[in-house]
Amino acid sequence: MLKEYKSVSSVAGPLMMVQNVDGAKFGHIVDIELGDGSIRHGQILQVDGDNVLVQVFEGTQGVDLDETKIRLLGKPSELNVSPDILGRVFSGVGIPKDNGPAIIPDAKKDVNGNPINPYSRDFPNEFIQTGISTIDGLNPLVRGQKLPIFSGAGLPHDEIAAQLARQATVLGEGEEFAVVFAAMGITFEAAQFFIDDLTKTGAIERSVMFINLANDPAIERIATPRFALTAAEYLAFERGMQVLVILNDMTNYCEALREISAARKEVPGRRGYPGYLYTDLATLYERAGRIKGNKGSITMVPVLTMPEDDKTHPVPDLTGYITEGQIIMSRSLDRKSIAPPVDVLPSLSRLKDKGIGEGKTREDHADLYNQLYAAYAKGKESQELATILGEGALSEEDAKYMKFADSFELRYISQGFSENRTIEQTLDLGWELLSVFDDTELKRIDVDLIAKYMPKFRKNDGASD
Amino acid sequence: MSELGQGKIVKVAGPVVVAQGMSGAKMYDVVRVGEANLIGEIVELNNDMASIQVYEGTVGVGPGEPVVNTGAPLSVELGPGLISSIYDGIQRPLDKLYALEGSFIQRGNALPGLDRDKKWQFKATVENGAKVVAGDIVGEVQESSLMLHKIMVPLGVEGTIEGISDGEYTVDAPIATVKADDGSVSEIKLMQKCPVRSQRASKQRLAPNRAMVTGQRVIDTFFPLGVGGTACVPGPFGTGKTVVQHQLAKWIDADMVVYVGCGERGNEMTDVLTEFPELKDPKSGKPLMERVVLIANTSDMPVAAREASVYTGITIAEYFRDMGYRVALMADSTSRWAEAMREISTRLEEMPAEEGYPAYLGARIASFYERSGRIECLGSPSREGALSIIGAVSPPGGDLSDSVVQATLHVVKVFWSLQSRLAQQRHFPAIDWLTSYSFYKQYLKECFDDKAMAVEMDDMIKEAMSLLEKEADLLEIVRLVGAEAISKADQIALAVAKSIREDYLHQNAFHSVDTYTSLEKQYAMLKVILHLYKKGLEAVEAGINPVDIFKIEAMEAIARAKYIPESEVSKIVDIANQIDNQIAKL
Repeated sequence: MLKEYKSVSSVAGPLMMVQNVDGAKFGHIVDIELGDGSIRHGQILQVDGDNVLVQVFEGTQGVDLDETKIRLLGKPSELNVSPDILGRVFSGVGIPKDNGPAIIPDAKKDVNGNPINPYSRDFPNEFIQTGISTIDGLNPLVRGQKLPIFSGAGLPHDEIAAQLARQATVLGEGEEFAVVFAAMGITFEAAQFFIDDLTKTGAIERSVMFINLANDPAIERIATPRFALTAAEYLAFERGMQVLVILNDMTNYCEALREISAARKEVPGRRGYPGYLYTDLATLYERAGRIKGNKGSITMVPVLTMPEDDKTHPVPDLTGYITEGQIIMSRSLDRKSIAPPVDVLPSLSRLKDKGIGEGKTREDHADLYNQLYAAYAKGKESQELATILGEGALSEEDAKYMKFADSFELRYISQGFSENRTIEQTLDLGWELLSVFDDTELKRIDVDLIAKYMPKFRKNDGASD
Repeated sequence: MSELGQGKIVKVAGPVVVAQGMSGAKMYDVVRVGEANLIGEIVELNNDMASIQVYEGTVGVGPGEPVVNTGAPLSVELGPGLISSIYDGIQRPLDKLYALEGSFIQRGNALPGLDRDKKWQFKATVENGAKVVAGDIVGEVQESSLMLHKIMVPLGVEGTIEGISDGEYTVDAPIATVKADDGSVSEIKLMQKCPVRSQRASKQRLAPNRAMVTGQRVIDTFFPLGVGGTACVPGPFGTGKTVVQHQLAKWIDADMVVYVGCGERGNEMTDVLTEFPELKDPKSGKPLMERVVLIANTSDMPVAAREASVYTGITIAEYFRDMGYRVALMADSTSRWAEAMREISTRLEEMPAEEGYPAYLGARIASFYERSGRIECLGSPSREGALSIIGAVSPPGGDLSDSVVQATLHVVKVFWSLQSRLAQQRHFPAIDWLTSYSFYKQYLKECFDDKAMAVEMDDMIKEAMSLLEKEADLLEIVRLVGAEAISKADQIALAVAKSIREDYLHQNAFHSVDTYTSLEKQYAMLKVILHLYKKGLEAVEAGINPVDIFKIEAMEAIARAKYIPESEVSKIVDIANQIDNQIAKL
């Protein structure tokens, strides 16, 4: 028995104020019936006595004060889950969008989720091979990690996200993989690119899509990642699957959040984003992880476009504080046709040390990436120096490092969006590139490892200087 | 009068709930909210209306639901059982919550902070009939192999002790009674309760008198932390701030450590939770957890509990300080704490100051750090305790003009400035030697057993620092005119400064040997590098080309010195001879 109210007193932006409501609960959802009989969905943002503030997911166009009715549904947003959600496409609020049948639920899940007890978390330490050298070799991704892609307008983040979805595997085990893809305010083309890419490889059968396109209601975007993560939690922790969640694009999500906050006349934080943006993002990102005694995992790759490539913009900045590292795309590498254009120096995977080494990848991995990293950083400095002083003015050492940086970009970073390198290939390539240096210059590598892995290349390539 | 503060909810907005009919309620009283029995705290009173910050999610809470006042401020339980515990922001044991409700935290479950069933072996240290006052130690419990838990007379209790005897007790069973002069009798238990928002009393504050050794070369040598001091680690994300905090928690020279993960990443907290129990205390070889209390309020847990978590942590830390221990508190990150304050303040519709933070931000931060210090404890036997605070801040966009950073820098005495530039060069710990500072440098001397060594170290530190300063200037010149244009002596200075950076300051937290360096080893390492400087200068005087000097094999030995185990420090000293021999051959 649902109560109906026709007492809408004001409408502003995406928000609606309803009076004389009895029994409203914070966070619950409502149905809104317009004068013409069409139904919209909303969520209660505040209850003050018998006044209720409702956020309307589909926007308030056409809502009037006299005819509009609201019905309290007496529950928070829920998603119907069952194994049948695999292979399906849903709207941003979990309604089937692919003309398929409705899901017969195994269970209904509150999309807000509950925080994972830190005590019950299991530490992510299993290496995921993505087949991309800049990630596997230098910024390894591990199961249960959240590693965002910081991109900018015009950079191929969709391609790299699709490559990740296609190539990611766990070494040496036959685990069940699933991909949950949440599109928030992206274009039809970008969404279709994903669907096509996954269809081509057959991966679509083990994917769940939640699609909110750029012309879908903006407020719906606030719910989209929550629906997607609820599906992911179900697949991972109840069905034991290894789930990769791609959230594309988080910047649009944050803008929707800002819209609501502005409509509520809240005190804005930086750039007009609400002060609780950090907490809000954390409640999404932190749903990734592993749980003790459960074989499933949620690995998350949020994609976000940085306005003007500005890393200090609140969205990438706060994201970076919550996620375990970041993969940053470089415009200058992209211009040089280096793909995927991963900017190695500011990119970082915080969990790398736990997921690599003997028994996981190879014993030389940690020292090797430290050395590659340091050498590339130095090479980049030499490159800059060369642009100021001219190449002729570089010292012998600087020239050597500059050459290293060039070949590192051309061979190590550049691999295209379809090449799938094994971790051994990536590591061996690293040694090969480092062989231009004297052993004593490789300060970050244990001498024993140099002896074990370096001479092999000397035999193949002939000794360098 | 109705019974104490039985009210009704009238408004719900996120974590803030307003209730009516709360007459008799006091500010900061703890209340139970709604049918879900959520835990909250009163933060504003207006006639019989009370604004309540709720420590759990409020979805599904609505007007008309009851609010019950417990009549007590937010308190922690202090007593045996704290050590090795893992709590959330309001001292609910996470391991027990896990056992009770599974992997996801449900709402409305209040579990006591201390185990009520466990029995502890109590040993009395005072006789029946003794006169006691608040703070007096009346007995001991060997809580873990590393911590001897001292049972103190709680505040406000004074008189003659009766009925005290050794034996096994649970935390809430009386171990003795104290009869005051006016005849009133109070019970003493192993456990006491203490409100978290005010400082625990002490007899007298004392100034720091020595540095705390951390085994981190850049910190101990250049920017040491004093006993009872305060330090701040700001860093943009990706600069290894958390690793620095973890390293300090593992290695700092304290009797016990309270680690507050405030709004931290879940996986990072898991790292702490899984790694700490496996770590061995460097001195005793026992598990490090036997002297650690962890507070974990990850960023997805409710924001109000995050606000409370630093207070919960510091109150526990003060309690151990009062037993006469040296305690270190790590808070990571206080920016998240400040943000929680801001979020609550916004919901209360308070007038914001800078960046939306409440106007009392600076005052709250200052009074938090001011709870540190070296003190003379209350009661007898007379003893000294100390509490040092190391707070991390996460400035948005790495911008140090952020309100939280600025408010923190007003009060702290040590500043370890993490730089993303250094992190990008994989120079860890990425503590910038030019912008960091410490007001406790003069106390490092007290940490050396050998006073002559201490004096020499002091001079070496000054020399090394001036070399690093010089390097920054020289590098500018080199950028403009090239490396060949500077004098030979300056070339030596440059190369040695590089060696200080790469071979001394750079320290690998994940290497089994390099992760901790004793002061003696620091002394030996620095001495060798400065010896190289001296010999290098002599050699260029004699007409040797600087480039050849730094091709000697001893350079390799210097670079690897950090990996030489503590037991073989003499090998580092030998490097000096190698330098002499090899330069002589040139």
